[in-house]
Amino acid sequence: MTQMPPLVALVGNPNAGKSALFNALTGARQKIANYPGVTVERKSGRVMFADGRPVEMIDLPGAYSLDPDSLDEAVTRDVVLGNLAGHRRPDALVIVLDAGNLDNHLRFALELIAQGLPTVVALNMIDLAERDGLRLDAQALARALGVPVIETVAVRRRGLEPLMAQLDQILKAPRSVTDPVASSFGAQNQRARDIARAAIISETAGRQWTRRLDAILLHPVGGVVILLSLLFLMFQAVYGWSEAPIGWIESGFALLSDGIKNVMPDGLLRSFFTDGVIAGVGSVVVFLPQILILFLFILLLEASGYMTRAAFVMDRMMAAVGLSGHSFIPLLSSFACAIPGIMATRTIMDQKERLATILIAPLMTCSARLPVYTVIIGAFIPASTVGPGIGLQGLVLFGLYIAGILGAMLAAAVIQRFVTRSRTSSFLIEMPRYQWPRPGDIAINLWQRAWVFLRRAGTIIFAATVILWALLSFPKAPDGSNVSQVEYSVAGRIADGLEPIVRPIGFNHDIALALIPAMAAREVAVSALATVYAIDAADEDAAATSLGPKLAADWSLATALAFLAWFVFAPQCISTIAVTRRETNGWKWPIFMVSYLFALAYAAAGITYWTARSFGL
Amino acid sequence: MQLDRLPLNQIAVIRTIDWESLPDQESHRLRALGFEPGVTIEALHKGILMWRDPLAVRIGRMTVALRTKVAAAIDCEISA
Repeated sequence: MTQMPPLVALVGNPNAGKSALFNALTGARQKIANYPGVTVERKSGRVMFADGRPVEMIDLPGAYSLDPDSLDEAVTRDVVLGNLAGHRRPDALVIVLDAGNLDNHLRFALELIAQGLPTVVALNMIDLAERDGLRLDAQALARALGVPVIETVAVRRRGLEPLMAQLDQILKAPRSVTDPVASSFGAQNQRARDIARAAIISETAGRQWTRRLDAILLHPVGGVVILLSLLFLMFQAVYGWSEAPIGWIESGFALLSDGIKNVMPDGLLRSFFTDGVIAGVGSVVVFLPQILILFLFILLLEASGYMTRAAFVMDRMMAAVGLSGHSFIPLLSSFACAIPGIMATRTIMDQKERLATILIAPLMTCSARLPVYTVIIGAFIPASTVGPGIGLQGLVLFGLYIAGILGAMLAAAVIQRFVTRSRTSSFLIEMPRYQWPRPGDIAINLWQRAWVFLRRAGTIIFAATVILWALLSFPKAPDGSNVSQVEYSVAGRIADGLEPIVRPIGFNHDIALALIPAMAAREVAVSALATVYAIDAADEDAAATSLGPKLAADWSLATALAFLAWFVFAPQCISTIAVTRRETNGWKWPIFMVSYLFALAYAAAGITYWTARSFGL
Repeated sequence: MQLDRLPLNQIAVIRTIDWESLPDQESHRLRALGFEPGVTIEALHKGILMWRDPLAVRIGRMTVALRTKVAAAIDCEISA
């Protein structure tokens, strides 16, 4: 057996620049996986010592103490203490300290040092501290802590070599713990402040920049206007900037599909590749540009330090429905896709609030609903204007987004009141200094998001697509039958059973049929309808252009509106249900989520249909 | 004076914190963020529109956002 390289964990408070240091040390050679048994992301990477021996680094989730408040913090504690089953205990720790925030961050450092693992302290962001008028004595700090202290500026790669050299030394000669830390928080805090005071050579009133910016961005009125403008810009960008790259991806898949049609004889296998694999996976990969643009904005907001300010601005409004500013960030991500949104709820301290946020995340209009909305609106809503620069179609689209948000707020209020029975929500968060996002860190993060998304498309969505293709392709309709293949297939027969249920809300047999594959991914509803109408379309866009007039001729306006209302609420997309099961550790909550969303969707579609009918539409 | 009533940009020292009145989770996180009697504190910003909630305060060299309800449990003394 080959010997495993030593494992070194980076650990520290949130906002200490831990991830920047991790990125600077490991570069782009990072692996993302989950910690065993939990869904917290584990980032690891390999770094070489000067003589070429490797060391494995992991970036632990930011924490304030070893007494956890959140799922992320629990992982940090378990790894540091060696209590996480299936994960080895680190051989050494690198404690990342924000040099500009010693009085607040040293307490956790003391707690960590007391664990007795070989430890180096990285006194990070020393340049920002100096800019803020703080001069520190690293030697005095090292003496007081009893472990080596290295000054680093992760974003400028300063201090990385001395850090690695020091790490090499302490791994060779493990230290003995001679200084158990006082047990109470108060005593630790006191000691931390004493040490910080001793290490500070001189200081002037700092953080002027952050204060001045906060005066604008947290302004009682201006702050709200700025946040809303930013969100508006973000959604504009998501839909405006993504058109071209989406076109390239579509043509790419169309080329691939044509290529296969040219080299393979017509038959089951070819249908499997072109109709099943390429159409299915392609219809999801098409959303990559939109998701990346949205993530770019979210990463920039996070890295600059603005995200917690947005949470601050939104907190009071979220409190009205029993949530808090903490829920704002995951819900914002859910506009791209509910999956990363649901995963982002892990930072929410309050477990009831976290659950409520997970349960309403699917109501945020994710990008997969867009193709469905676009097709139906294009077919049924006239392209007239209702005011200067305001088109009716755009207005309807906007209304669908608002309907989702209002539905989510209503659901949150009901869930917090009657389901989780949470009496209060809480909002307590550190607001980091503002800083320029570093392009390299953003790029690494975006690449990781893209990779996670594509991996999902290649596995879960691939599998779902294959199953649906099979359901639609078998059993084979007998030759010369006047029943279409789709009608004859298993899926068609399921639709027959479904039809009486959806008939009262204005849905016809074709819609019933389209709803089945739409469970895999909402946008598949479009290509499924296209198939049902026997239009030979390679992808949704082509389908959409020819599908529109066909639908307009075949459906009443009331049915179309009901169909839209259905998609505002329906919990479609199996991946969301799967991630909910994973994040809530069981089937109870996903089943609850699916039931309440289907009930809402059914009611909304029904009300829409019968209201429209009463107006004679 | 309770922290939620402290005038903005007024430097004060925490005198006592009524831990009993706070939910466990909040008192726990508050301690982790360094809220302790004797610590210097300054109210920086008050929340949006008519609510004026939450509150942004400076503690040490760090800015922390908290709701006025929690701030009301923190008693401080304006330093001379």
